Amino acid sequence: MLKERWNDAAGGFHSVSAPDFLPEAQLREVQLRRLQAIVTRAWKNVPLFRQRLDERGLTPDDIQSLADIAKLPFTVKTDLRDTYPFGLFASPMEDVVRLHASSGTTGKPIVVAYTEEDVQVWTEVMARTFAACTLHRGDIMQNSFGYGLFTGGLGTHYGAEALGAAVIPVSGGNTERQIMLLRDFGVTAICATPSFFVHLVDKAIEMGVDLKTLPLRVGVFGAEPWTDGMRERIQIDAGIEAFDIYGLSEITGPGVASECSEHEGLHVFEDHFYPEIIDPVTGQPLPDGEEGELVLTTLSKKAMPMIRYRTRDITAIITERCGCGRTLRRIRRISRRSDDMFIIRGVNVFPSQVEAALLQVEGTLPHYQIILTRTQGLDQMTVEVEVTPEVFSDKVRAMEELRSRIAHAIEHILGIRVGLRLVGPHSIPRSEGKARRVIDKRND
Amino acid sequence: MKIPQLSVFLENRPSALLEPLQSLAAANINMAGISLADTEDFGILRILLKDSERARARLQGEGWAVTVSEMVAVDVVDHPGGLVRTLAVLAAAAVNIEYMYAFYLRHGGRVVLMFRFEDPDAAVAALAAAGITMVPEQDLY
Repeated sequence: MLKERWNDAAGGFHSVSAPDFLPEAQLREVQLRRLQAIVTRAWKNVPLFRQRLDERGLTPDDIQSLADIAKLPFTVKTDLRDTYPFGLFASPMEDVVRLHASSGTTGKPIVVAYTEEDVQVWTEVMARTFAACTLHRGDIMQNSFGYGLFTGGLGTHYGAEALGAAVIPVSGGNTERQIMLLRDFGVTAICATPSFFVHLVDKAIEMGVDLKTLPLRVGVFGAEPWTDGMRERIQIDAGIEAFDIYGLSEITGPGVASECSEHEGLHVFEDHFYPEIIDPVTGQPLPDGEEGELVLTTLSKKAMPMIRYRTRDITAIITERCGCGRTLRRIRRISRRSDDMFIIRGVNVFPSQVEAALLQVEGTLPHYQIILTRTQGLDQMTVEVEVTPEVFSDKVRAMEELRSRIAHAIEHILGIRVGLRLVGPHSIPRSEGKARRVIDKRND
Repeated sequence: MKIPQLSVFLENRPSALLEPLQSLAAANINMAGISLADTEDFGILRILLKDSERARARLQGEGWAVTVSEMVAVDVVDHPGGLVRTLAVLAAAAVNIEYMYAFYLRHGGRVVLMFRFEDPDAAVAALAAAGITMVPEQDLY
């Protein structure tokens, strides 16, 4: 059914992308109408939300303009944990057709729900995502996002099918089979986390498969922050165009925002997800263009509306019109999260800064891990970096030089001394989902 | 005159040396010479063996960082000043030595010196011009 709705344009502009080009005034009108409806829905059906509006003396009638959104209280991740499992649902279970949950690596998992209409919207925004990433009917898409409780796999699956692409639901893991499928099926597009794809590229080289010679032309990457340096490396090593997509389960899963061929930020599908940027410390809204924490409101989600959800992702809104013609505002590529940040000896450090330093040093692929320890009350940061065959030398001097070059590059960016340990290839555990970059042993 | 040597990156931890050697043993690959360079946090294992290409392919396939370098085996005369003459020739030709180690020659029961030069071609030319004997690969194993 969905396929028939969206497959009427075979190539070039796809009709599914039409909402990306709504005139701005019309878009704002749609947003306001939907914001008022969703606030009313949450107020009627979600006790926690109603209680918070009551405390502030607010009712849905107080939302008369988009700017009024700033009056509303934030929703944070712990709200989902505190109301585990179904406390934030605005629909009865009779109307819910899907449940997803986070993997629960930190404490209780968080649960998200979808009505049939929510799944349709999710499918639509994912189809719009893939259209923006130049996919079309006839493409063969290998989906290496994990299928299951994680929203990545199924979200991308439905969207790509709706666009008319042939989807291979391979899920994560089993790298050798993934490379075999890429080659034998003539795969033209792949969806994966960037760290898993880098792992795939390494493995392909080991297996003697040159990805550059395969039909693979597009990579759609998301679910973890990555840098432009990493993108360049992926594009060169695999001979593909790499697109960044953004999403989070609390909001819908993948499909919240996507790059287009301009690669100048990610268009937010803001007819469904309303973006704001706030100061992460004071919670005050920041003007467009300023960097801060991204806050998202689901404008159409029935089963589980999220009002002003704090994503912890650091970015800025770009208001200039994009070269692709989409009227949707863009967010800058997210390379860090406010909760990825750690403080060492009083200095704020983001893993992305370490990654930038690693990339500066020629020949170092970003397989690394940061280990934080405490010795006699003093915090120590050690970066473990894998030695690749390309940089390995039989000369001790050359290896010591490599180590000090990397250490200096990191110290130069962070301004603090770090330990640097060269470790063997593949000795850092590979992620088949999100990469675990920081191991904090300070309180062990 | 150049002899291929395999080098393998090792972490400084228990069993780091065991694992690659176990792999070679499992493939029935025999080693003729071995040397280990160690630093505070990593080591470099250097191996000489007849089956160097098969060993390289196996270790690399298993994910080890492996590199092949060109070594020169010099037959140093066993009397006082034997090594001095070789080194003087290299010094005169301004050839840098990266590292060296002894290698036991099965045929003839002698020890030869295995050199890793910065520029092996220049070293071979200088040694040959001075009439110093080098041992070719086929005479090593």
